[in-house]
Amino acid sequence: MASRRTAWSADEGERVLRGLHEHDRLVLPALQALQEEFGYVHPDAVAMVASFLNVSVAETHGVLTFYHELRTAPPADVVVSLCSAEACQASGSRALRDEVASAIAPVGGRSADGGVDVVEVFCLGNCAFGPAALVNERLVGRVDLDRLHGAVASAREEARA
Amino acid sequence: MSTTVYVPGDSAVRSIGADDVARAITEGAAARGLDITVVRNGSRGLLWCEPLVEVVTSRGRVGYGPVTDLDVASLLDAGCLDATTGATAEHPLSVGVVDEIPWLASQTRITFQRMGVIDPLDWDDWRAHGGLAGLQRTLTAGAVEVIDELVASGLRGRGGAGFPAGIKWRTVAGAEADQKFVLCNADEGDSGTFADRMLLEGDPFTLIEGMVIAALAVGATRGYVYSRSEYPAANDTFRRALEIAAEHGVIGGDVLGTGVPFELSLRVGAGAYICGEETAMIESLQGGRGMVRPKPPIPALEGMFGKPTLVNNAMTLATVPMIVADGGAAYSKAGYERSRGTQIFQLAGNVARGGVVEIPFGLSLRELVEGYGGGTRTGRPVRAVQVGGPLGAYLPADGMDVALDYESMIAINGMVGHGGIVVFDDTVDMAEQARFAMEFCAKESCGKCTPCRVGSTRGVEVIEKIQAGIDRSANLVLLDDLCELMTDGSLCAMGSLTPLPVRSALRHFGEDFQR
Repeated sequence: MASRRTAWSADEGERVLRGLHEHDRLVLPALQALQEEFGYVHPDAVAMVASFLNVSVAETHGVLTFYHELRTAPPADVVVSLCSAEACQASGSRALRDEVASAIAPVGGRSADGGVDVVEVFCLGNCAFGPAALVNERLVGRVDLDRLHGAVASAREEARA
Repeated sequence: MSTTVYVPGDSAVRSIGADDVARAITEGAAARGLDITVVRNGSRGLLWCEPLVEVVTSRGRVGYGPVTDLDVASLLDAGCLDATTGATAEHPLSVGVVDEIPWLASQTRITFQRMGVIDPLDWDDWRAHGGLAGLQRTLTAGAVEVIDELVASGLRGRGGAGFPAGIKWRTVAGAEADQKFVLCNADEGDSGTFADRMLLEGDPFTLIEGMVIAALAVGATRGYVYSRSEYPAANDTFRRALEIAAEHGVIGGDVLGTGVPFELSLRVGAGAYICGEETAMIESLQGGRGMVRPKPPIPALEGMFGKPTLVNNAMTLATVPMIVADGGAAYSKAGYERSRGTQIFQLAGNVARGGVVEIPFGLSLRELVEGYGGGTRTGRPVRAVQVGGPLGAYLPADGMDVALDYESMIAINGMVGHGGIVVFDDTVDMAEQARFAMEFCAKESCGKCTPCRVGSTRGVEVIEKIQAGIDRSANLVLLDDLCELMTDGSLCAMGSLTPLPVRSALRHFGEDFQR
């Protein structure tokens, strides 16, 4: 994941904004395109988006902070999204979350080696195979710590490749 | 002779090893010199039997499941994955002819009639299974007749609100404007639901067909599908489906030679549950914060960019082609009282046989959970069932004799919602589930109205006090008061329905608040 990302610069940011389809020249799609390209929305991008779309900085900041998934700092190579919604709770996600907190990082945290972020999400649509997790973009079902470690290891390899 | 073998490419099935199975079949066939074509279909929805490998034989599609990559060699060696010997081959994992499995054969598959049957992105396969019949009838019948069929079908919004779809279509069709929109709500945030995701991955052309029919019927020229960032695989598949549909002239500047344009594209959310609420979704599609709008004005008259806008759930839109093709009367035959047709129920959580059950409204919750679901996966007694997502009621095991239809569920202070059924065993702490309902609302509230924004945070605090045994009886009174205020005073379903799981937990599992 990380290897495909572009390093942030104002020029690259401008390039992404100019590449937006006419229908996507709106604040949320613009911020999403920046995050897709750079892995996060650089704080300098807020004024740039506002100016490009002719909206206020406040409005752009408002959108950026509304959506859980938009981030303003680079993520780790591997992002583990643990499902914390009811169907996974019924299948043991609360216990798994505690195990992950000891073995990798607590929700909202980063592993000691800096390679893995752990975040919580509400529902991955894998509700009959809970607990579920998304490891970067790969969905994993019936997650236990072993399976999670395996998925994280292959995601790390992909990130290095 | 070449043999066709189906291995689901649905992301849930891939999440438990379908790719390994497909790879093992391809490699095993090559090593043995067998001519096998592996097709990645959607899932039939028998998730308890997944990965379900199907082989095309003279008897029909014979299935094996659940298959792991380690089982593949024995399947190949027993002649199971061979069109000729596969009809009679024996194997411990055999489930027989898939269409005859009672769990599936007893269902009424209308919306999901092609789910798991076809290769999702094979246009010809889709056409061979009846794809485009609804749109073709629309072109000859015209908008008025299509809307009449929809009204006659009795189809109600499958997102959860249950508003009659035909009436909504008629309203948008009757509105005068230079531009109208058709929006598909596929922001399937409810825990325990995955039907929209399966549709996007397993039968995307049917959703596109439903949206084109809608556009022609109401006079819209622009459409969006609003999906979730939590569904990366579904979004990839659906984007490709849009490209293929455009190549076949179904969407774009001139829909099938009619001269009418309909541009359709996919937009993806960014992790906000509230964007499943239709007005918040519209705000998000306009690029802004997903803030709920007060109604009126209704989106049918003033929606996206202030223009008349048809907003329907993905399941609603995907049902439209079958209704238009076969007639509203045919669809309306199934169902129960004012809930016509079928509902796609999704069995989830701690359930022995999870998956998709499409049946006419009216079956009891008990028959669904114990009959189809087979009780809990852990084998412990069922203690609670949450119906209709995180805003739905928790029902006790002895309260499952309720009919699953819109009115019966409302009568017991519950709701059908998007059809998600989450099963819990007897280890669940219902005070904790109630606390979570408030916490979820606090995290996901858009913040527009005070009862929801502040009430949910106060709700977490007061439940924590009750859990800790602090001034318990007074805090229970306070919680009830707070629930009443949120129900009556919130702008949308998020704040007004969060009390549903909380109050149902209090009512049916009061002992958990006294520990």
